[in-house]
Amino acid sequence: MFWNEKAECMTKEEKEELQLKRLQETVRIAYENVEFYKKRFDEIGLKPEDIKTLEDIEKIPFTTKSDLREAYPLGLLAVPRDEIVEIHASSGTTGKPTVTGYTQNDLDVWGECIARGLKMAGAEKDYIIQNAYGYGLFTGGFGIHHGGNKMGAITIPISAGNTQRQLDTMVDFQSDILTCTPSYAMYLGESREKAGIPIEDINLKAGIHGAEMWTDEMRKRIEASLGIKTYNIYGLTEVMGPGVAQECGEQNGMHLQDDHFYPEIINSETGETLDYGEKGELVLTSLTKTGMPILRFRTKDLTSLIADKCECGRTTVRMTRITGRSDDMLKIKGVMVFPSQIEKALLKIEGISPNYLIHVTRPDILDEVEVKVEASKELFSDEIKEMEIVEKQIQASIRSETGLRVDVTLCEPETLPRSEGKAVRVIDERNL
Amino acid sequence: MAVQISVFIENKEGRIKKAIDTLAKADVNIRALSVGDTTKYGILRLIVSDNEKATKALEDDGFIVKESEVIVVSVPDKPNGLNTTLAILDDADINLEYIYAFVSSQPEEAIVAIKVENTEKAIEVFEANDAKILTEEELEKI
Ligand SMILES: [Zn+2]
Repeated sequence: MFWNEKAECMTKEEKEELQLKRLQETVRIAYENVEFYKKRFDEIGLKPEDIKTLEDIEKIPFTTKSDLREAYPLGLLAVPRDEIVEIHASSGTTGKPTVTGYTQNDLDVWGECIARGLKMAGAEKDYIIQNAYGYGLFTGGFGIHHGGNKMGAITIPISAGNTQRQLDTMVDFQSDILTCTPSYAMYLGESREKAGIPIEDINLKAGIHGAEMWTDEMRKRIEASLGIKTYNIYGLTEVMGPGVAQECGEQNGMHLQDDHFYPEIINSETGETLDYGEKGELVLTSLTKTGMPILRFRTKDLTSLIADKCECGRTTVRMTRITGRSDDMLKIKGVMVFPSQIEKALLKIEGISPNYLIHVTRPDILDEVEVKVEASKELFSDEIKEMEIVEKQIQASIRSETGLRVDVTLCEPETLPRSEGKAVRVIDERNL
Repeated sequence: MAVQISVFIENKEGRIKKAIDTLAKADVNIRALSVGDTTKYGILRLIVSDNEKATKALEDDGFIVKESEVIVVSVPDKPNGLNTTLAILDDADINLEYIYAFVSSQPEEAIVAIKVENTEKAIEVFEANDAKILTEEELEKI
C-alpha cells in the first residue's frame, strides 16, 4: 500500500519537526559551501542561525532559473566534485541550460521518491516498467530508472520514440506500467488503435505521466486508449527531476514528498506567501539534497496546495494540477491566456488531435492569434462548407474557454512539433 | 454512382504534386480530379482506378483521405448540354455542392462528377429525366 509508511503518513507535528531540522541543516550547508548563497545571505545580513522556525524560510531570498544559468555549469555545488556521480540538465530554449549535479545520496533520495510514486500506481517488485521517457540529460528517463531500481521492479529502458518497438514491447513483455510524457502516451494509444492491436493483448495497468502540462480530457483519452489508470507526476531538473510529487489512486492532487522538499505558494508578482488552497507560484526548497541544495527555487509553475490528509491515508501535502506557468501566460489583447486553456477547448471537439501551436503576432497595433490544429480523418470532409463548420466549432470552443477570437488553421497530421521531451506550443512573434 | 476519394492538402508548396506522385508510384490511374481550395488549405478530389490502393498509398505517406459518393453523369457534348443536366437538379430543388469533369476518350460526350446534398433524390430525378448515369463498370472503361 505504501512504499514508506513512516515518511508518507507522518503527523503534522512530526513532519514539521523533521522539516525544520532538515531545513536548518540545508541552509547551513548551502551557506558554508556555496558562494552564491553566502553572498545572498550576507547582503541582507541573514545568518543560518536566524532560521528558527519554518516560517523563517520567508527571510531567505528566492533563487531563480537565471541564477542557475549564471552559475553554469557547476557553480552551485556544495560538495567537492569527487562526490558528484551524475549530472542532468534542463534544455535551454533561451540561453544556457541549467545543470544539476547529484551525489549518491541525491540519487538515493530520487529513487526513493520515484519508488513511492510507483507504489502509488500499484507497482510491485515483479512489475515490468516500460520507461519511455527519454534517457539523457533530460531527467525523465534516468529518474524513473533510479526509482525502478530502488523498488526492485523490472525497468525496460526503452527510452522515447520508435513507436513500433514500443507497441511490440508492450505486447511481448506484457509491460505493467508505462512511463512517458502524456503527449507520447496519447500518441502510443492512438498508434495501438491504428495498428489494430486489441486492448486485451496489452497488459498495462498504469501510466505515470508528466514533464509537460496536460488536462483531464487528455487523461480520459489516454486511459481509454491504453486501458490504464494514469498518474500525474511532477518534478523539475533544478530541484531534482520527476518524483517531487505524484498522484495516488485518488487522482486528487499530487502527493509532494515534503520530507525531502519544502513547498511554498507565492504571489508571483509580489513574492508574498499565500495560504493553502490559494493559487500561485510554487516555490521549492530541498531538505535533503547534498550535491546541490536549492533554497526557495521559483518554479514558475502555478498550482495550489492541499493540506488535508488524503483518502489514501498519506499525509504528505498535495499540489493540484499545474494550470500554467507564470512565464507561459500570454497576454493577448489584454486578456490572460494559458496554452492549457486552448488545449482544453480543443479536446472538447470530437475527433480532434490535441497537437496544436499558438502563433501570436502583432502585424500592426493589434494582436492576432492563429491556432494551428492538426486535422484528422474524423474532421476531414470533401466539402469546404463542412470544413468551415469544423473551424467555426473550434473557434467557438476556444472563444468560450478564453474569451478570445482566434484564427484557426487546420494542418496535415503529424506536421506540428510533437514532443518526446517538452512540446513547443507557443510561438510569440510580437515585439513586446 | 461512384466513390471519390478526397485528400486534405495543407497549403504548402508541392503537396498536390506529392499526392499525385504518390498515386503514380502506387500505379493508380487518375480518371478525374479537382481541387477545392480556401486561402488556408485545399481539398483534392479524385476518381481513380483503384480506391483501396490509392487510399493506402496516400495514408502511408501521411495524407488524410476520405471516401465519399458522387454521381457520375454523361452530358451530351453539344451547346447547353451541361445546362440541361444541371437544370434537372435545379428543378428538383437539389443543391449542387460541386462538379468536375472527366478526361474522356469519347468525343461525343462529356462526363462529369457531381456532388449534391441529397444523392438518392438526385439519382431519382436524373433517371426520371433520362440522364445517363454511369455505373462502376462503365467508369472502368473510361
Ligand atoms: Zn493520496
